[in-house]
Amino acid sequence: MENQDQILQFTIPQLLRWRVNSTGDKVALREKDFGYWNNYTWSEYYDYVRKVALGLEQLGLKKGDKIALIGDNIPEMLFMAIGAQCIGAIAAGVYQTTLPEEISQLLDYMDIEMVFCDDQEQVDKIVEVRDELPRIRKVIFEDPRGMRDYRSDDWFMDISELYKLGDESYQKDPGHFESLIDQGNPDDVCFFCLTSGTTGLSKATMLTHRNYINMGVQISLVDPLESTDEYVSFLPFAWIGEQMNSFGVAMTTGITINFPESVETSMDDLKEIGPHFMFGAPRVYENIRSQIWLKINESYWLNRKIYEFFMKVGENAAVFRMSGKKMPLVLSFWDWLGKQMIFRPLINQVGLLRLRRAYTGGAALGPELFTFYQAIGVNLKQIYGQTEIVGIAYMHRDGDIRSDTVGFPLPGTECKISDEGEILSRSPSVSPGYYKLPEKTAELLEDDWLHSGDAGHINQDGHLVVIDRLSDVMHNKEGKMFSPMFLENKLKFSPYIKEALILGDQKDYVATMINVDPIVVGKWAEDRGISFSTYMDLSAKAEVEELMLQQVIDFNKKAEKDHYRINRFVVLYKLLDMDDGELTKTGKIRRGFVQKKYKDLIDGLFDESLKEKEVEALFQYQDGQSATVKTKIRFYTMNGET
Amino acid sequence: MSLLTISDVTLTFGGLNALSGVNLEIEPGLITSVIGPNGAGKTSLLNCISGFYHPTSGEIQFGEHKMSLNTFSPHQVSVLGIARAFQNLELFSGLSVLDNLLLARHQNLKYNFFQALFYFGKASRIEAENRAYVEEIIDFMELEPFRHKIVGNLAYGVQKRVEVARALTLAPKLLLLDEPMAGMNIEEKEDMVRFVVDIREERDTTVVLIEHDLGVVMDISDHIYVLDFGEVIGSGTPEQIAENPKVIEAYIGEE
Repeated sequence: MENQDQILQFTIPQLLRWRVNSTGDKVALREKDFGYWNNYTWSEYYDYVRKVALGLEQLGLKKGDKIALIGDNIPEMLFMAIGAQCIGAIAAGVYQTTLPEEISQLLDYMDIEMVFCDDQEQVDKIVEVRDELPRIRKVIFEDPRGMRDYRSDDWFMDISELYKLGDESYQKDPGHFESLIDQGNPDDVCFFCLTSGTTGLSKATMLTHRNYINMGVQISLVDPLESTDEYVSFLPFAWIGEQMNSFGVAMTTGITINFPESVETSMDDLKEIGPHFMFGAPRVYENIRSQIWLKINESYWLNRKIYEFFMKVGENAAVFRMSGKKMPLVLSFWDWLGKQMIFRPLINQVGLLRLRRAYTGGAALGPELFTFYQAIGVNLKQIYGQTEIVGIAYMHRDGDIRSDTVGFPLPGTECKISDEGEILSRSPSVSPGYYKLPEKTAELLEDDWLHSGDAGHINQDGHLVVIDRLSDVMHNKEGKMFSPMFLENKLKFSPYIKEALILGDQKDYVATMINVDPIVVGKWAEDRGISFSTYMDLSAKAEVEELMLQQVIDFNKKAEKDHYRINRFVVLYKLLDMDDGELTKTGKIRRGFVQKKYKDLIDGLFDESLKEKEVEALFQYQDGQSATVKTKIRFYTMNGET
Repeated sequence: MSLLTISDVTLTFGGLNALSGVNLEIEPGLITSVIGPNGAGKTSLLNCISGFYHPTSGEIQFGEHKMSLNTFSPHQVSVLGIARAFQNLELFSGLSVLDNLLLARHQNLKYNFFQALFYFGKASRIEAENRAYVEEIIDFMELEPFRHKIVGNLAYGVQKRVEVARALTLAPKLLLLDEPMAGMNIEEKEDMVRFVVDIREERDTTVVLIEHDLGVVMDISDHIYVLDFGEVIGSGTPEQIAENPKVIEAYIGEE
């Protein structure tokens, strides 16, 4: 990148202005609305940011004030965030799935003064906790649908009124906006990014302009992007994984960000756009794989046979590619043929044909999934990082992908392993700390070194290997170590298993609780004429449990070490869910909480005499009602069976 | 002034009176519900309004000029601005959601054969206008994820939403909804209630609702008529209806 030194001295608004001067007429944002893709050029993007910035200033937002953003991904989210940054205010992303009480706690903790919501759903949540939030002066919304009852109350404001305020201010003093932008300092905090909150209320990570821009610059040094490249914004905006792309990568490289029509249509919209790079949590790739798997299963027999044959070829080739060895000529011919005949059309069906690179992060992805994507010709790479270092600090280099590592540090990132085996990193992207939590900040940062809390080591090729959370690594009674996350991912490679919780710390053996995949297993049951009503009913079918038994037997067969084998398991009657606090907003299991909630079952897993147990299941429905259902849970013991 | 006036309407099949001497006033801008036990004549009443049946006697008048609908056929009624969503879905189950909705706007296709053949001028402009209108309805009814899906493969609750959307694409002044919430789960019902209220508030459309779920009816109606054995046995606000002894008797039986 020719201008990287210059770019690194900018704030985000200054970088946006620089973009306008260099590629002002190019499309910066695209949003699907009413069935059409609508474009915003960089100049138009800048105009909207100006309207918001001056409008917010008119409303009395000052340097250092905080504004929260809650909602699905729409261009207005970026207008609001960068608009606030122009006047030195700090934007904070809140997950759109957050419940009102939690929103209230978070907004109070972050000293939020204004809130931006995309629609009525989010505004209603704020209204519910309005009494607890005396500091909030304005609630700005984008979609006026259903807001008629709020119109008479000037606590609420339509974004178009904010634009109008901004335009009026601009007409009075056209030079003022530019001078506001000039006042920005790249080391000012510009965004609060919430941690996933695996262990409690999320912490607000303070991030500076330089944190984001440095990350964008460094990643594009490794994986260059063309300014004509497309990116689809479908991850929650509050997550660092989305911001690092919309602030960091997009601004430094000039790519186009595409906003889906709605959360439900994002995978279809992705197909229409055909992005050149994408980033997602493992869940996204697990879903795409299930989709492919279902489609192939529904196809006619010849297609299936060809698929199975070339899948084997692809997997063999992937093994060579991922170990860095040279492929035999014959195999590389078959591999090429398979790509032409079946895999290119196949990945075109899911919209990944133009994809040059796909990144996975946020949690580890099982090695089988890596092999799968490499086999069908998708360049899937593991990244590693955390919110506090703007998402990506380590990643695979093209042509050097290993399923069990996370690759090398980005340029400018230093890495070391502490005496306790913890991964430490240092780079200009490391956050200055958590908001109002000096003790936590001190734990996080030691002489500029960022403590990841993850156990890891550097292997003989120089790749970083991440084992698991330092606090999650388990040891059995004999003191042999295992990583629950690693085993869970292996188990979850089975298309029939949606979620699994591995247990067995200080126990004689490994045991697991399994969530069947409602779609794949539902289809499986349908094909076999097994009728079921609810998820609970489906999970309790003897045939389904038999299927799970088979999955565990397969898992045990492939176990690398003897003490990895699962000895007992249960099929859980309820899908682990974010709304019940069992998963974090990014879809990770909250171990402590889940273990407490299902203590009865877990105790049963380690009592080998127990064959079945009656449990009371409490269900909380979305409308607030709850019901208790009694159900019998069967425990399965493998007895060393493989 | 009422939007629709039904005066003394009687509908007879052979010797059976489906409706006898029904008087109803539908006020503009309100949600008016018609309730009653099975076979009370609710759907027959809607059939009379939408032109499927013609009253044996009495008069149905619509709009400012009090136009009589007595002799109108269904397609003439729909041109006037009265649309209907059916209890049993009346959609083309082999077509996509989008095609179903576009088809519902066929009466707006005012171009000739040759323009259509070469798809220029008026033809392409009108098609674009229709598509834009349909997209607005898709957005309103939140059907984006199903736009290109075949209607027959969709869940029942979604098909019901498509049925209401199809009626809305006619840009009606008066919308007749025949049990839009039947067979839905709680969540789908809550969504549909919100849609019905939004249709009234944001699309400036008068709604006539037939519904069995009394909770919903009492919640969102401005005015309620109660039918039993083809006769209006009570009318008023939800509060008045809840206390009307005749209505209680028809629903719960005599004490």
